[in-house]
Amino acid sequence: MTSTMTPNLQLTPDGRLRHLLTLDGLPKRILTEVLDTAQSFVSVGERDVKKVPLLRGKAVFNVFFENSTRTRTTFEIAAKRLSADVVNLNVNASSQSKGETLLDTVSNLSAMLADMFVVRHSAAGAAHLIAHHVAPHIHVINAGDGRSAHPTQGLLDMFTIRHYKGDFHNLRVAIVGDVLHSRVARSQIHALTTLGCPEVRVIAPRTLLPRDVSGMGVHVFNRLEEGLKDVDVVMMLRLQNERMQGARLPSAGEYYKHWGLTPEKLKYARPDAIVMHPGPMNRGVEIDSAVADGGQSVILPQVTYGIAVRMAVMSLVAGANP
Amino acid sequence: MKMAIRKGRVIDPATGLDQVQDVFVAAGRVVGLGTAPADFHAGAEIDASGLVICPGLVDMSLRLREPGLEYVAGLESEMQAASAGGITSLACPPDTDPPLDEPGLIEMLKFRARSMPGPRVYPVGALTHQLKGERLTEMGELHEAGCIAFSQADAPLIDTAVLFHAMEYAASFDLPVWLRPEDHFLARGGVAHDGLVAARLGLPSIPVPAETVALQTILLLMRQTGARVHIMRLSSRAAVDMVRQAKAEGLPVTCDVAIHHVHLSEMDTADFNPHCHLVPPLRSLRDRDAIRQALAEGVIDAICSDHAPVDEDVKERPFQEAEPGATGAELLLPLTLRWGREAGLSLSQTLDRVTHRPARIMGVDAGYLRVGGAADLCLFDPEGVWQVSAESLLSLGKNSPYLGHEMLGRVHYTIIDGHLDYRRS
Amino acid sequence: MMLPEPNALIDALAAQLAPVMGTDCALIGIHTGGVWLRDAVIQRLGGKCLLGELDVSFYRDDFAQAGLHAEVQPSRIPFEIEGRSVILFDDVLYTGRTVRAAINLLFDYGRPASIRLAVLIDRGGRELPVCADFTGLRQDFPAHEHIDLLRSEAGELSLVHGPW
Repeated sequence: MTSTMTPNLQLTPDGRLRHLLTLDGLPKRILTEVLDTAQSFVSVGERDVKKVPLLRGKAVFNVFFENSTRTRTTFEIAAKRLSADVVNLNVNASSQSKGETLLDTVSNLSAMLADMFVVRHSAAGAAHLIAHHVAPHIHVINAGDGRSAHPTQGLLDMFTIRHYKGDFHNLRVAIVGDVLHSRVARSQIHALTTLGCPEVRVIAPRTLLPRDVSGMGVHVFNRLEEGLKDVDVVMMLRLQNERMQGARLPSAGEYYKHWGLTPEKLKYARPDAIVMHPGPMNRGVEIDSAVADGGQSVILPQVTYGIAVRMAVMSLVAGANP
Repeated sequence: MKMAIRKGRVIDPATGLDQVQDVFVAAGRVVGLGTAPADFHAGAEIDASGLVICPGLVDMSLRLREPGLEYVAGLESEMQAASAGGITSLACPPDTDPPLDEPGLIEMLKFRARSMPGPRVYPVGALTHQLKGERLTEMGELHEAGCIAFSQADAPLIDTAVLFHAMEYAASFDLPVWLRPEDHFLARGGVAHDGLVAARLGLPSIPVPAETVALQTILLLMRQTGARVHIMRLSSRAAVDMVRQAKAEGLPVTCDVAIHHVHLSEMDTADFNPHCHLVPPLRSLRDRDAIRQALAEGVIDAICSDHAPVDEDVKERPFQEAEPGATGAELLLPLTLRWGREAGLSLSQTLDRVTHRPARIMGVDAGYLRVGGAADLCLFDPEGVWQVSAESLLSLGKNSPYLGHEMLGRVHYTIIDGHLDYRRS
Repeated sequence: MMLPEPNALIDALAAQLAPVMGTDCALIGIHTGGVWLRDAVIQRLGGKCLLGELDVSFYRDDFAQAGLHAEVQPSRIPFEIEGRSVILFDDVLYTGRTVRAAINLLFDYGRPASIRLAVLIDRGGRELPVCADFTGLRQDFPAHEHIDLLRSEAGELSLVHGPW
């Protein structure tokens, strides 16, 4: 009874991107289309008038069940640059605990004539559930669901890598940190393997790696020095405060000592390696300031490209009507 | 009422009987097979040609959601659903609201169940007060009120000392203890098997040791206390191997599996389908195949429906927030038949896992078909095709991974205590 | 219907453009045919003009029906548009909607002094009040036919037409 609903749910019958829920199972053609389209939006962002009229008259609802001013703002800027009307909603836990279900909330918002939902939720699969239940003309973009997926972050990371490294076919990429709890890492892994990156590594203590992670096509390293050897791209992950001490890690200090990216550790990578981080950073925990602000860091360009990539995703899905 | 059931294929898994013949029923008993007793004048006749006549199904876990959860489902609907699924005896777990931890609750449940048609209801009492895992229940009293066994259902029993003493105490009355092996701390917060699918989807996971560590504890305490233990809902190959080993060493342990775990695996959760959020979690294909093999060998004794009607409001949620459980009463027979077909077993061997064997473990007079036995019968068309849908299910729980799927094997009549309890319209 | 050989049309167009092209003039091609046309004209006339390219995908008025066009390319205007005289190049002028989108797009870069339009073929069928200032060929084509400018690997331009 194996199902293939996930990729189909995201695509129209003629193969266009209708919702963006996860990069898992999306064809390379779609990922490339997003990156190419984003390239055009980068040039829009360099103009005095940074707006295009593409989504004029469309209502984009940023529905955030989990607070994230940063991500919400980038989606808001992206939607506004596409001339959409943007409505921001922070659905706090209380209205959910009052008994209103996620689907109730979504049908209420649909009745307000939304054309697109950008959804952030603490539970894996929330965006899928919404996409299953919305009217056919409504598009859903996953802005992060639980530990599952953060596809626009994954795409902006790919955009950044392509910008600095050209293509993926000769790259060694290392993802460092709390892969287990990271939706960003999952989206990065799916994107890198789909785009043909020959060697994706994950580097973390065993307590922060999913059991069968190698089944996702990555090489597993527990030691930072070994894992960084000769890589072209280092993608750091954020260590959540609540993980810094407990059953999976003894302390932030020990983590920094063994898995924190310092200038000395970075020397194991290729001299032209770039360093990325999805933000917000814990300086002195997963990354040293000298690296974060150093010549190999592309962390700020990532943020800029994030807007172009989100504009690309929004305009591609908004134009894919069945 | 005297009843003659004509020309059905009579199967008794207890003896291996498999023969087309007539069945004669009077005063709640089977009074003749093949030939009617002298002076038998049937008040009713059923033409069973083309149908299988077997002992009514005996389900070791079917939630009626009474008391306390009647807004989800209730005795009337769920007993009808069970009957429509060919079930004539069922054990209901104690995870009601309040839990079945007082004799009064048991008496009320039995009284309510007797007052309406449907299967024979055998309550399983709570092992600890409120299922909290702290204080023992009055097992002696509860047994007298009608409890056939004692269990925590899916509630955790964290304190191993309480488990130890509960088993010792139950053993003092020679009462059976039914336990689902799950280490609370290893399983805490998890919703899916700790495997490739959970890794890909980022679902909080439950590792196999959550089951095996707890199972090892139970088996060791069983040896120590001499308690009669039945292991519920195995999910992993490693746990199946441990039971096989324990049985080989002569430990009188029995175990069951829920029907969905015989067919489904973690692969079915890959699209976040909340209907595949089950307890224990659906594990890998290897685990599932080990379960199927162990069932065929008889290492796993019984298949139950683990029927859990769940309201749409709490089911149609993101996978990890969805209430676990699946409706199963009406799917137990067709899905068991599917397993038997796929495993190459005879109908008699297949039906054994849902009739004779569970009845023996429950210690109830059911699960066989012979002269003098209770007239609890299921008449089904093994070639009957039907589609699972919200409309075709009588249970108020429409939560099934099989919605929209076709089933082979359809109940036409269910006879309980010599009365026609269900007839397909 | 036979289509003319494009080089002859480009020669004709270049002859019209020769008097008006100066160094302060900006030659902006609409992707992709308009860019090829502009390059072919420069090849004939020489001179140092300011060059730019536009992709009008983000400004099209059929987005709601057709979605985003495949292979959007970045627009590039590497100079101040403010106060500049612009000559806009497109291969085929039909409904006028692409030109409308291109004018909107140009204004998001600044306020040009003037915009003039050069096209290889004006095939009639206008739906907007747009006309070309310089035209290689003026000829009506049936509505059910499309006309495309193609470029070979070697850089040879050709015209093709066929049903939509």
